[in-house]
This record gives sequence, C-alpha cells and structure tokens, in this order.
Amino acid sequence: MAAIEPLKARKRPIARLGVFVISHSLIVSVICCIAAILALLLLPVLAKNTYISENALMPGSANTMLSSEEVSEADRFMKDVNALSLESVDAGIKIAKLIAQYMADLGAEVCYHKFHHQQNQFNPLHFFSIPDPVVVQRNISCLSFGVNTVGVIRAPRGDGKEAIVLVTPYNSSGMDAAEASSLGIGYSIFSLLSQVTWLAKDIIWLAADSRFGVYAPVAAWLKDYHTPLFSGLGQVNAEVCHESNDLLKLNDAMVSNRNISNIFTRSGTMAAALVIKVVDRHDEADKDTLSIFAEASNGQMPNLDLINIVNYLAVHRQGLRVKVEKFFSLLDSKFLNLVGETVELLGKVAKSLNPNWRFGIPVAEYVEGTATLASSLFNQALGVPTGPHGAFRDYQVDAITLEISPKGSLKNKDQRIDFLMRGGRLVEAVVRSVNNLLEKFHQSFFLYLLTSPSKFVSVGIYMIAFALLIAPLPIVAASLYSDANRRDSSLRNEGSSQPHVFADEPTPTLKSWRWLHAAKSVFIIHFWGSLVTLLPHFISKMPNGTPTSSLIIWLSLCTLSLFLLYMISGSPFSHATASQPQEWAVLKSVTVSAAFIGLCLMSVINFATAEIGALLIVPMCLVAYPLKLDLQDWSFRALIRAACNLTLVLISFPPATFYLFKGGIEGFKSVNAGDFWNWLETLWAWNSATYLYIGMVHLPCWVSCVNILLHPC
Amino acid sequence: MLLPRQTRLVLFLLSNLFFIPITFSLVEEQEQFTEELLLKPLPDRKVLSHFHFQSRAPPTASYGHHHRLFPKAIYQLVHKYRIREMELSFTQGRWNYERWGGFDPISSNNAKPPGVELWAVFDVPEHQVDAYWKNLTHTLSGLFCASINFLESSTTYAAPEWGFQPFTGSLRYGTLPREAVCTENLTPWLKLLPCRDKAGLSALLDRPSIYKGFYHSQQLHLISAEFKSGELDSGIILEQTLTVVLQPGAKRTGLAYFQPSWSMSSIFGRQITGKCVLAKSSNVFLQIDRDAVSELKDMWKEMSVNSDKMSKSLWSNPYFELSRAPDRIKEASSINSDSASILYEFFIQKCSKSESFDLGLTWKSSFVWSCPKAPLHATRFLMGSGNERGSIAISLRTTELNRRLMDADISEETCKLRVDIFQMVPWYVKVYYHTLLVFVDEKPQALTDVIERMHVSPSEDKVSPGLMELALKLPCGLNSAALTVEFSKGFLHIDEYPPDANQGFDIPSAVISFPRFNTRLHFPKDDSERSPVLSYTEVLLVPLTTPDFSMPYNVITITCTVFALYFGSLLNVLRRRVGEEERILKEKAANKKTGWISILLSKLFAKLRGRPSESPKSPASSSSLVSLKLLLKVVLVASVAVGWQIEFLELCGFERIDGEKFLDLPIEKVDMAALVSAGSEL
Repeated sequence: MAAIEPLKARKRPIARLGVFVISHSLIVSVICCIAAILALLLLPVLAKNTYISENALMPGSANTMLSSEEVSEADRFMKDVNALSLESVDAGIKIAKLIAQYMADLGAEVCYHKFHHQQNQFNPLHFFSIPDPVVVQRNISCLSFGVNTVGVIRAPRGDGKEAIVLVTPYNSSGMDAAEASSLGIGYSIFSLLSQVTWLAKDIIWLAADSRFGVYAPVAAWLKDYHTPLFSGLGQVNAEVCHESNDLLKLNDAMVSNRNISNIFTRSGTMAAALVIKVVDRHDEADKDTLSIFAEASNGQMPNLDLINIVNYLAVHRQGLRVKVEKFFSLLDSKFLNLVGETVELLGKVAKSLNPNWRFGIPVAEYVEGTATLASSLFNQALGVPTGPHGAFRDYQVDAITLEISPKGSLKNKDQRIDFLMRGGRLVEAVVRSVNNLLEKFHQSFFLYLLTSPSKFVSVGIYMIAFALLIAPLPIVAASLYSDANRRDSSLRNEGSSQPHVFADEPTPTLKSWRWLHAAKSVFIIHFWGSLVTLLPHFISKMPNGTPTSSLIIWLSLCTLSLFLLYMISGSPFSHATASQPQEWAVLKSVTVSAAFIGLCLMSVINFATAEIGALLIVPMCLVAYPLKLDLQDWSFRALIRAACNLTLVLISFPPATFYLFKGGIEGFKSVNAGDFWNWLETLWAWNSATYLYIGMVHLPCWVSCVNILLHPC
Repeated sequence: MLLPRQTRLVLFLLSNLFFIPITFSLVEEQEQFTEELLLKPLPDRKVLSHFHFQSRAPPTASYGHHHRLFPKAIYQLVHKYRIREMELSFTQGRWNYERWGGFDPISSNNAKPPGVELWAVFDVPEHQVDAYWKNLTHTLSGLFCASINFLESSTTYAAPEWGFQPFTGSLRYGTLPREAVCTENLTPWLKLLPCRDKAGLSALLDRPSIYKGFYHSQQLHLISAEFKSGELDSGIILEQTLTVVLQPGAKRTGLAYFQPSWSMSSIFGRQITGKCVLAKSSNVFLQIDRDAVSELKDMWKEMSVNSDKMSKSLWSNPYFELSRAPDRIKEASSINSDSASILYEFFIQKCSKSESFDLGLTWKSSFVWSCPKAPLHATRFLMGSGNERGSIAISLRTTELNRRLMDADISEETCKLRVDIFQMVPWYVKVYYHTLLVFVDEKPQALTDVIERMHVSPSEDKVSPGLMELALKLPCGLNSAALTVEFSKGFLHIDEYPPDANQGFDIPSAVISFPRFNTRLHFPKDDSERSPVLSYTEVLLVPLTTPDFSMPYNVITITCTVFALYFGSLLNVLRRRVGEEERILKEKAANKKTGWISILLSKLFAKLRGRPSESPKSPASSSSLVSLKLLLKVVLVASVAVGWQIEFLELCGFERIDGEKFLDLPIEKVDMAALVSAGSEL
C-alpha cells in the first residue's frame, strides 16, 4: 500500500475534485435537481426586456402612407369577395380569379398555383429529409386540389434578389367575414406597395387557398418555389387529372389579362414572411388584439428581431394589444401564486437591503410570465408548427403569424374601415422596416423563450436549468460503477483466501469488461425502441383502425417484441448470478449514461423537448433501485424509495404522462383512450423530432428503469 | 443683342473663318458629334427614353493627337490600353423583358444587368491582356467614381471564348452586381460630352426625375480601329447612351389600361432650349411599336368603313396626337410582318432658340398592345435550401413571337433554334458541371442531342471564377426548356467576407443570346447595323454560411485561457519538489499541536489533495460529513458577508439618506488622519 500512496498523491487537482464529487454523488444530484427546478421557476424573473438588435431595421422611423383611398378600395374588394363566396358553385375558382384580377389591375405579375392536397405521410427512412418528389407526385388525388393566387410586385429600383412574402389564408369553400378582411388587409397593403418608390425588395402576396388547412397551401407553394419539378409534371397532370386541368384551362380562356398566367412566377431569396390572419372573437375589448405565433417545426423560432419590430410597431404606433399564447389553466394555479408571492417577498426584502437590487416582480406578472413560458416551452417541445409560418422556417426564412382580432364588429362599416386601416398600417410598417434591412436577419436571438411579447429568456439562461438537471447523470453513473467495482474487489479480496488457480490472469480483464453485459442489455432495449418507433407506420396502414384499437395493437406489439428480443438475446436476468451482486448497479450506471447521451443529443435537435424530457427521465433514472432489495430491507427509507420509484415510473410512462398532462390542461373528462395515438400520429405527420425522442430515448430509458426495479438481485 | 453692328459683323466673319477649314475637309477627316433622343411609350403606361450621343474621332495617323470635340480622357485611355472595343454600363433596376420588349435593339443593347458591367477587347498579345485589364479597371474606376477597381482581382472577371462576344483570347468580362449607381457616376459621364448638360438634348437630364425611374442604365461603348492592321481605319467611335424608363403621371387613374398622356416637360421637368451647337445633328425620335401600329391600322380599317372623312394623318388621329408635327416619318420594315413600327423624327435644328422644344403625346382612347419579345423568355432561379448545396436553374419559355415564327417553319423537321448561354459563377459557388441536366418540354434530354457546343472552365479556389458557355440547339416547336446544374457552397476565409456578408453572395447574370435572330438599329441612320438578340437573367443571391464576426474575440479569449492554464500547471510541475513538501508536511503534523482551525485547514487541504489525513485524530470521519460542514460554513460566511455589507458600513458611521438610496458618511466623522495614512500606505 505504501508504494501506491505516492502514486495517488500525484493526482491532478481536477481529477481529485472529480473523485470528490463522484464520492458525494448523492448530495450533488439532490442539490443539482433542486437547483434546476428552482432555476426553471425563476426563469420569468430572469427574463430580459426585448430590444431591437439590428439597427438597420429602424421600425417606425417613417410615417405610414396607407391612406383611406387604399382602404376603401380594399373594402370594395372585400365586398366583391363576400358576394362571390355566397355563391355555391365554383366559389373557390371564382374567388381566385377575382383576387387575380384585382392584383393584375394593380400592375402586379400574377399567377395561379395549383396544388394537390396529400396527407402527410410517415416515411420512416426520410425522417428529416424531404421525400422524393416524383414518388409523391404519383399518389396525388385529382379531386382534392386548391388554387393559390400569387401576385408579385417588382421593386421599381431594386435588383430583385430578395423578396418579402405576405400570406393571407382564406378558405375558398366557406369564407367568413374575418377571412375576407384578412384578404382586405392584404389587398390594401399590396395596392399601396404597388405605388411606392422606396421598395428595395420584391413583394409577394400569396392568397393561400386553405380548404385543406392553412399549412398545406403554403407548404406546397414553398416546395414548388424552392424545388420545382422539371420533368413529368405535365404528364402526370394530363394523365390523371383531366377534369381539374380543364377547369384551369377554362379559367385561362376567361382571363383576358396578359399579366395573369399559369406559369409559376418567382422572385428572389425570401427575406421574411408575414402571415396575416383575422379572427373575429366577438369579445368586446377596448383595443384590437394582435396575437403573435412564431413556433415552427422542431422548436425552431424566427429571429427575435422580427417579433420585436412587430411588437414595437403594434404597441407604440398602432396601439394594439399584443399577446402571445399562454396556458390559461396555469393562471389560477395555487402553487404558482405561492411561488410568485415568495419571489415578490424576496424581491422586497432584497430591495430593502439594497435599493439597487431590483429582481422582484409582482405576483400577477410572475404567474402570467410562467404561463406564457410554459406554453412557449410546450409548443417548442411538441415540434409541431403553430401556423403556416412553420413552412417557411423549413427553408430558413423567418416568418411569423399575426392574428389580429378586431375590437368591434366587422359588419359595421366604420369599424371595419378603421380596423383595416390599423391592420394595414401595422403590416405596412413591418414591411417597410424589413425592407430597410440590408442583410438577412441574423443580429438577434434564434434560441429563446418568450415570457411576454416584450420579454424573453435567452438560451444562455434557460439552458442553466437543463445543464443542472443532466449534470448528476454522469456523476451518478461514475459513482455507481466505481462503487460496484470497489465492492467487487473487496469481495474478491475476502474470497481470495481460496486460491484461484487459473482465474488469476484473466480476472482483471474480465472485470474491466463487466459493464459490457449491462451495455448489451441496454443496447437491446434501445434497439427495441427504434423498432417500436417504426411500428406505427405499419399499423397506420391497416384498414379500419380506430385510434384506440391501433394504440392497443401497438402496445401489445411492443410488449411482444420486447419479450421476443429477450428470448433471442438471452434475458439479462439470467446472467445475474451470485458472483456478480452489483449487477444492477452496473446496469443502472449504463442506463443513466444512455439517458445522458440521449438527452444531450436531443438538446441539440430540440432543446425544449430535451428540457421537458429531462424533467421526467432524470429523477426516474436517479432514484431507480431494485424493489427486491427495498422489500428485503423493509425500513422506512427503503419503503419511501420504493414508493417514489413506483410513482415516477408510472408518471413517466409516455401514455400516462400524456393523459395526466391532457387531463391537467383540459380536465379529465375529455380524455379518450385513443387520444395518445392521435397525438403520436400528429407528431410523426409533422416530422417532429419529439416522436423520435419518445421512441428512441424516453421509452427505452423507461424500460431500462423498469428492468432495474424488477431486477432479481 | 445690344452689340454694335461692326462687332456683330466681325463675329460673323470670325466664325466663318473658323468653320471654313473644317467644312472643306468634311468627307473623311473630321471629328463628329451627334445627339439623339428616342422616346417610346411602353405598354405598361411607362415611357422609355433613350439618349444616344456619339463622338467620332478620325484616325490618329491622319488627324494627329489633338482633338476639339473628342474627350481627351477617352482618347488617352484607348491609346494607353490599346483597346479595340469596350463597353461599360452602370445600371439600376431591372429591364422587364416581358413588358418592355426583348426583340428590339434597345433591349438587346441597352438592357443590362444591375450594377456595373464591363467588357473590353484588347489589341495586345494574349499574355499581356490580364495586365492591361487590371490597369484599365483602375483607370475607369478613377474616371467614373465607381469601385470598378474590384474587377481587378482575377476572381471577378473571366475570359469568355465565344459565348458572349466573338473575340477569342483578348476579351475580358466582369460584373459588379452590387454597385450602387447615382449622380456621382453620371457627372463624369456627362463631362465627356462636348456640351456637358448645359445645352442640347442632355439639358433634359434633370437628376431627380431620371433617378426616380424604373430603370436607369448609363453606358459607354467604345470602338476603335486605331490598332487594327490592314483594315480600313475609321478612328475611334465613342457611343454614350442613357436609357431611362419613366412613369408619367404619378397617380393611378381609374382605368388600368388607359395610357397616360405625357410631354417632355412632364416627364423630365425640363425642356429642350436648342441643340448643342457642336453637334452635327440633333434629333428626337418617337417610336410606336409594331404591335401598336398593327392594332391602330386594324382600328383604322374599321373606322374608315364607318366614316371616310377620317383624317388619316399618322401623327394626329383619333387615337393619339403629337404636340407638334414631325419633320419626317419612317416606317421601319420588319423581318416577317406586314406591319412595321413607325418612327417620327424631329430636328432640333429647326426649332428656334426663343421657343423651346417640348414634344408631347396625348392619348385619346384606351389602347392595349405588347412589345416584341425575344424568341424565348429566360428566367434563372436558385433551387434547394440550406447552407450546403443547391442548384441553379435556367428556365426558357417560348413567347408569342417564337410561336408565330415557328408556325411557318414547323413543317421542317430539322428546324432548330440556337440559344447561347454564357454563365459566370464565383469560385465560392462550386458548380458541378457534370450534373448539368437539360429538359425540353418537361422531358429530360441527352446532353449530346441538345448541346451543340460547350466550353467549361471550372473555378479555381480563390483564383478564378467558373465559366460555362453553352450553345444549345433546341427544337423549334418547343414550349419550355430548362437547365439545371448543382453546386455546393464553399467556405471563405474570414477576411474574404465583404461588408454585410450576411446579405448573401451574388451570382452575376447569365447572358442568353439568340445568334440566329438579329435586330436592326433604326437610327441614327438607315445603316443596317445588326446585333444579335441578347437578354440578361436575374442576379441571384446565394446565402452562404457566415461566421459570427465577433468570433475572433471569443477565440482569443479561449486560447488565452487555455494557454494560461497550460503554462500555469507546467510551471507548477516544474518548480515543485514533491518529496520535500511531503517531508515538511509530515514534520508540521508531527511537531505542531495547534488550534482546531489549523487542524481543520490541514484536513481540508489533505482532502482536497486526495490523501487520507495524516492527523492521528481523524480515524474515519465520514468525508461527506466534513464536506457538509465545510459547505455550511462557506454558505454561512457568504450570507453573513452579504447581509452585513450594509450594516457594517452603517456601523462604520455611514448614514442612510436620500430615501434610503445611498449611504452617506457625514464629513465630520471622517478620520482624515487615518485616510491620509492609508493613502500613503497604498
């Protein structure tokens, strides 16, 4: 031993610190977890006020030019559209033609964009990539097609390298006054912009036919804009879709204007896109309300500057009330109010100590901030875009949806004109500001969470919670592994009185590879996870499946395949012999490392998913302890631990988590058994990485933990 | 005009004397300056005005080096750089080939890509061409107040073989798509004119109104035969053109297709007060398009059936009226069309000085026509998304003209339409030329079937741009054709990024030409100077990966940290004597029997160094317990420090004043002596 000591003494301070931390892994993990949850709860307090980072934007520096002339013209246009939408026959085509005619009269280049609706399909092998367009073309259905109308204003003195896109979705098969007024806002802007001389970027107005949902037409148009097909398109159309083509031809013949064509009109690289939507909420408020939606697929956000200018112009120029989505059910949560009061109290105490410390915020603000933050986090974690702006983010274009709801009724002409004027001026000012931009949006944040329209938490702050959450994982893994090794060696030392004749040489090597067995079983579970991820694709192909039955089939297939894999590869339990009493510890250590790796990878792809996932997985992984040992022990501590284990395992089972969450948000009465299946289907239909995360990280980790709990030590 | 009669006579005599020698040697050896202005209403309610100034210098061999009219700067430039032909254009805005036409000489010669375009042919041996080009760019940059000198770098210019102009070897071509064009470029250009903008047609050039237009292109074209050996020596011809598309009438009228009436004074805000006295001829033309004329004639026929007393005057009829009678009317014949465009000619010489010349056009009824278009309409766009790769697509679509032309030829099976494409791509857009695909009428074609001739010089990183010249032979009856070629995006070194790098990078316009089709220049004379139909595509913007430009700071900080850590530990290891230290520690532990604080400290120290404490008193104290104690102590000390920060200061004699915002120390409580001693200690 004396010979070893100086060797040990030469360890570096960092290594010593590591050893120190590992030896106190229990305290470290408890502290880290508590600190992480505290950090999460404190996020609304740490939120900063937004500021416009790019100087070139200069929002609101010019007076708005939208006059009553354009607005009354837009009102006339709205009337025409409304009159057409009452007609039942071919209203869709007629409205498209009317819009095109109005666009062309403004001197814009107009084209129709016909798209075929197709169900989002799960392509397991093309998860992140776009499926082969030729294959997609084959299974289009002819009857379900929509016609977008696209108008392009060329900037008079610009070089046409960049464009700003305005999108106004309308439902061609059943239009209401709100949708017509969103078209009206679009038209008023467009007619103004066709006359101004200050444009540096082209303006594209996409009147999107949203009879198949608001997302599909925009996505189809963007796909044709960025990856057009040069071959075979006409053939397929001609072969399969005779009627629909004839319809458009007819359309052509009736259009006498030279500016309207069926050939896809293009402009330059898109700088930004605004989706304008009008919603008539019928609630009498003192101000018009503007809701901003920004989350795109996989938790991607547009540049914060875009939200900032919209918020700035809406609040300070047009006097709108700006909102961001939030969980209303959280607003009257007692716990949050309590935390809010504590924060307020702490803030007051701190202020009384030093008047310069101003971190306390009022309870109401805290609770609102938390509700908004939770919604922001949830929407990002879901990975499903919250509107048609999501389609733009897939092509690296910054886009947001502006949902404006009027304070009065849209039927009253004065109020309507007033509303059109305000909405139009807001959009005009935003367009003008983006038009000023020389470079693309890059100056401000891309990774942030909103706590209110004018407050945000940047990545540097919100990742603290995540880092604290996952920090204990490697420490615990290391400590478990070293403990198991040490105990093993001590056991061996005790037992070394009986001479090992031949095992003397191979033991050290075998011993250092003992984690391999545990790794194998964890790997098998993860492999099973990826198999299970692919299963829903085949289940969805089965005819006449209700969500509930599909869910049951899926769950039973999962269990079956798990047992099958166990039988093929040999159950991990079979190896747990008495010679390796610390088997479960090594297993847990490998499980914990796998969870760590999975979470780290996910945090790169979608941070919010990783954060919420970590909140569920990390406690479960840390607490996991074989139930058998606990029951043998039969002490208070052991029982508590067993109870904790069982609850955590129950809560973190994905369907259970989903039902709990949904019940918590919407009330338990509305929860159906098939909802989970539907939810999974939406996730994969939107190519959300959260689906992959659930299948390949969360579920395997959960199964591994159950494996540890049931370990026959 | 209050000069005495004698003086006037003398002046007259002098001028006569002065002009006589020139008029005598008129035939060949004379400097000449002519000015012309072409006005043309466009179908989309705009007016094209095209200024054309031509200066001609006789060959040096017979005329000598001194010129009265020809600008000296240009003459010296031609001689110094041995230029055979050169064209420089400054353009703002885009030429709309769909609405403003693509088959007339104006659009072929004067529709240019946005920014600066320069090409030049040198009369020097091939190995010297690059050196001459570089010097030329610097000279022009100084002459025209523009950053043409950026074309000096070999990454910005190319040497087209045959795709652009038929000069092999000695031609250089370069563009700067991002160059902004303004009056600072116009002023030096005007200085080359003998009358500047003080008299003649150039007096119309009111800066605010010409820069308010939809398209503005200012050009300088130079042809010199000075160095041609064995050919007829015609001297140097300098053509300066300015093409502007303006919108008469700011406000939109209710009827979208009612042409606005305009006059020179309404679109330019100025009038012509007389010709430039140095100009040999000074003419204004007004052109009515072929389509418009045929439309008019159709209407005339209808009208004449109804009433015979229609005045069939070409310049004043029920559809439009000119404000003054033209001096000459020409009907330019076209290639294969029964109707022809009409050209009204006005001589400025004839207008008196007191009465200014102001041509106006008044439309009397609404009227729709379209301009002649190039056989194929070309658009170019980028495909794909992301920062890794993409592709460039050029799409060609047939226009009415082609349909009309081809209807005649469709019987011939072998009819082919030849299209030349010239495309220059900067090196950081790495084009994979083997991925070139051609689609005709939405069917993929074998390259050998479609491509007649092809010349590709791939780009070389940081040395030269990529160049692609294609001669396509397409079937005549085609509807559409498309070319795609893939590229991957390169990385630039941090100091190669231009300012505003986040905007993206430009791919210069491609040039599409139709060598089988020619357009004839209608004026100044009826000379049959033909030029091929040419059109430019859009400039493309490629977003490249850009670094965070504050990155150097971060890199410096992190490397410094790493270095500090490394050298610190290295020094520590080097100067340490482990054995000695341990001996001393042991001695201390053995000798000293000190208070509990030092024991604790030594324990902590030992713990941190990863060895069991050598103190005899600590047998197996749980390490977690110790650290818990330690942690508690640290927290306690920290909180005491924070909490007492203010209380302590208050104890020291500070007082809260000013609404408890500041702590203040009353002056009488300050111990000056202590402060002074403290200061001297420091």
